[in-house]
Amino acid sequence: MPRPRVMIIGGGLAGLSAAMKLADMEEVDVGVMSLTPVRRSHSVCAQGGINAVNELTRQLGDNEWKHFDDTVYGGDFLQHQPPVNEMCIWAPKIIDLMDRLGVTFNRTPEGFRDQRRFGGTLFKRTAFAGATPGQQLLYALDEQVRRWEAAGTVKKYEFWDFLGPIVDSGGRCRGCVAQDMVTMEIRAFPADAVIIASGGCGAIFGRSTNSNACNGSAVSRAYQAGASYGNGEFIQVHPTAIPGADKLRLMSESARGEGGRVWVPRKPQDPRRPEEIPEGERYYFLEDRYPKYGNLVPRDIATREIFKVCVQEGLSVEKDRPCVYLDLSHLPRELLDRKLAGILEIYEKFQGVDPRDTAMKIFPAVHYTMGGLWADYEATAAGRLVIGSPRNQQTNIPGLYAIGECEYQYHGANRLGANSLVACIFAGLTVAPGVMSSLQSIPGGTADAQPSTLFDEACRQRTAQYKELLDRPAGGPNPYTLHQELGRCMTESATVVRHNADLAAAYAKVCDLEQQARRASLSDAGGWSNQNVVFVRALEDMFPLARLVVKGALARDECRGAHFKPEFDLGDIKATDPAAARQQAEQWCDRWEENNRRWLKSTVARPGPDGEPQLSYEDVNTSLIPPRPRLYGVTGGQMIEEAWRTRQRKQELRKDQLI
Amino acid sequence: MGATTYETSTPEQDKSHAGQPAIPARTFEVRVLRQERPGRPGYWERHRVTYERDMNVISVLQRIAEQATTIEGRKVAPVVWECNCLEEVCGACTMVINGRVRQACTALVDRLLQEKPQEIELRPMHKFPVVRDLCVDRSRMFETLKRVKAWVPVDSYLDMGSGPRQSPETQELAYLFSKCMTCGCCLEACPQFLKIELQAKPGETAEQVHARQQDQYNRSFLGAFAIGQVELFNANPIGKTNAAERLDALVAEGGIQVCGNAQNCVKVCPKEIPLTTAIGRQGRAATFHVLRKWFDR
Repeated sequence: MPRPRVMIIGGGLAGLSAAMKLADMEEVDVGVMSLTPVRRSHSVCAQGGINAVNELTRQLGDNEWKHFDDTVYGGDFLQHQPPVNEMCIWAPKIIDLMDRLGVTFNRTPEGFRDQRRFGGTLFKRTAFAGATPGQQLLYALDEQVRRWEAAGTVKKYEFWDFLGPIVDSGGRCRGCVAQDMVTMEIRAFPADAVIIASGGCGAIFGRSTNSNACNGSAVSRAYQAGASYGNGEFIQVHPTAIPGADKLRLMSESARGEGGRVWVPRKPQDPRRPEEIPEGERYYFLEDRYPKYGNLVPRDIATREIFKVCVQEGLSVEKDRPCVYLDLSHLPRELLDRKLAGILEIYEKFQGVDPRDTAMKIFPAVHYTMGGLWADYEATAAGRLVIGSPRNQQTNIPGLYAIGECEYQYHGANRLGANSLVACIFAGLTVAPGVMSSLQSIPGGTADAQPSTLFDEACRQRTAQYKELLDRPAGGPNPYTLHQELGRCMTESATVVRHNADLAAAYAKVCDLEQQARRASLSDAGGWSNQNVVFVRALEDMFPLARLVVKGALARDECRGAHFKPEFDLGDIKATDPAAARQQAEQWCDRWEENNRRWLKSTVARPGPDGEPQLSYEDVNTSLIPPRPRLYGVTGGQMIEEAWRTRQRKQELRKDQLI
Repeated sequence: MGATTYETSTPEQDKSHAGQPAIPARTFEVRVLRQERPGRPGYWERHRVTYERDMNVISVLQRIAEQATTIEGRKVAPVVWECNCLEEVCGACTMVINGRVRQACTALVDRLLQEKPQEIELRPMHKFPVVRDLCVDRSRMFETLKRVKAWVPVDSYLDMGSGPRQSPETQELAYLFSKCMTCGCCLEACPQFLKIELQAKPGETAEQVHARQQDQYNRSFLGAFAIGQVELFNANPIGKTNAAERLDALVAEGGIQVCGNAQNCVKVCPKEIPLTTAIGRQGRAATFHVLRKWFDR
């Protein structure tokens, strides 16, 4: 009997950890498919590090539960809690494993792993490897998978474009279709499970901090085949990126973690060089407005403040381009070289200025896709994950799984810095035993037992679409220009600050661009290594995602995490008189509770007729940590917190009396 | 978000921007050495691109793809090239720019035009088979990583506690080598690393050609990057358990003895990896390894 086969789409941290773990279970053949050689996947870009409770933080009062609490609080309680709880429990073990695999984690003088502090927490939980921890973690996994490849257990399909899952008439995924990006051959890959691990979809915003391959095409094709998409409207905008013509390059949060300070000159567009501006004439607006967290406020807060200081308060460093200073020049060069050399080199290489001497100019950029393919989980009564359950990470299409940035489970409304790497590896490692147990008895038999017509028909359809692209008449719209227009439209309407009027206009514009893209002309009709075909097809598949992002944002009339609509902001406590302030705080809590009743729900999008996303709302499992107001930066936050605590105590008392 | 927020500024705005070199030309020329597919002859093609602020060779190629028209006004297919991260950590976009092998993403137009006004010249690397235009086949590098067993041979992926403690000095040395992004610059510049490109013989299947190619790869010089990886894994506390196997690969046909000590590799490495140090150290280790095997016989 042939061995069962699992196809993994994407070879970043999530895909490779799944491949490695599956291969180690020795009973399955694994295929890894990717748009790029897997060693070049976008995970290499992660600059911050990987979060886990460690011996050091433990002795300062930290534990797995606090990591879990920071994660759900940072995510504004929009995550199902059991998987997040499980992730935080496994995080320290994951770092130990990566350490054994040879990741070059930075060390303390005594030889322990060094950690730094990241946004949204008060503990130094983040292990790192120079300035390229993503690269170092990816390489360790790539090396393990190469070991299995050399042993014949794993086969790689690099430079292959995933065209869609093959779903049979019973609704089960039986494999996938893909195209070789060099020979342009289209082929079916029968498989007993398909795991999508294709990363985020930054490309729908034009330029972002994402890599070229993060075009969302695999996710979009799964969605169009019937997979649900969760929390599409939650897109993280990173507060600090270096503007560029081809991409917006990330300047890691670790720059602030190591002591970097964000400021603007008090005098708008002060013409002096930053180092010539005296301390008293600098406005350290994050430290000023958020004394507790200072420069390390969560990403959505930092982003909005930088945006506000530039756009609303007119304090941008440059007149014609919004940006603020991120300053490291006060820190010792030795420390910068040892801990941040890699990211500082990036700035130096792309801007020609040494950030050790002079402050960097930065501005927010689209960075992370919190939403993604809807994925399931199975929890115990105690709120742990049932490891080995075939439901874990499975989409609503049986046999089709999703892990990593391309799914929606771990980050809620806003991801904490350095939580993505741990979420990717955790999901990769936990999907493996679940997939293995699903292979014990596959309804309707293995993929190889399916009629060949199922696979032939899938190939025929995709080949016809490919031919249609090649045969398009000349003179249609330019696909590259359309992509820029889509990016502009999405960036202007659906990033830092969102207004319903803008979103409604953007939705119409996206639909219009989609129609144009269907007529876009190719400038290459050749049958060898045709990147033009791959691009145009990916562009067309950006629209279904763009539509569900905008529609989800339009529908969600509240502020939550990265989704900020000023019209629905719960406001501040303005009164100075204690009694009046207390009353306002009570009213604030009423509004907050009312808002949660309506909106503490995940958006679930499914493609309807004509590609119109159909939205429904799913209750969030908050069984472990009751939601509480997320009060970073709200004026009178302390007063609200007191009012809310009293309310909680009263509720508990009432509950006790009832019992 | 305001309309100008993420926009690239226009050339007019550049002149007012302090600290940026003023480029008088609003356009510049790009000469690209193209090739339709393996085995076909290469040919030069000229494109004209409008200057923008913060441009690099990637954005130049993006504009060329968008225009798909030569300087003579002829409609052509977009130039094919490989890229991914665009911040010089993935190693994808290596090409020969103005005669120098490097990454396209860190090749800034301002600097290139200072070196050679008005024109940028792009060629594919010549040590690897061209797939199309600027895109080459570097699968040989990934095969070489198998040849030198560039991995840590752990027992399992179960929870066995952390790895061994390491001094910061050990970590810093390892990090130097583990930053290697398999970009191929060191091979392009190496006089001893030669291109392998096989033509199918009559009646030969694709698999047979592939097998013949693998065999040739395995007998040819593995190159500086692979020796750097041997240095990395043989210094790793767990990796050193199979150091002898890696040294076997280094002393086999196409091993470290092929190195002619030209030292070009270390000069062109974009990550400044001390490759010649690795070659020196592993050369000595290989010699001892051979002697030890000889005495152990």
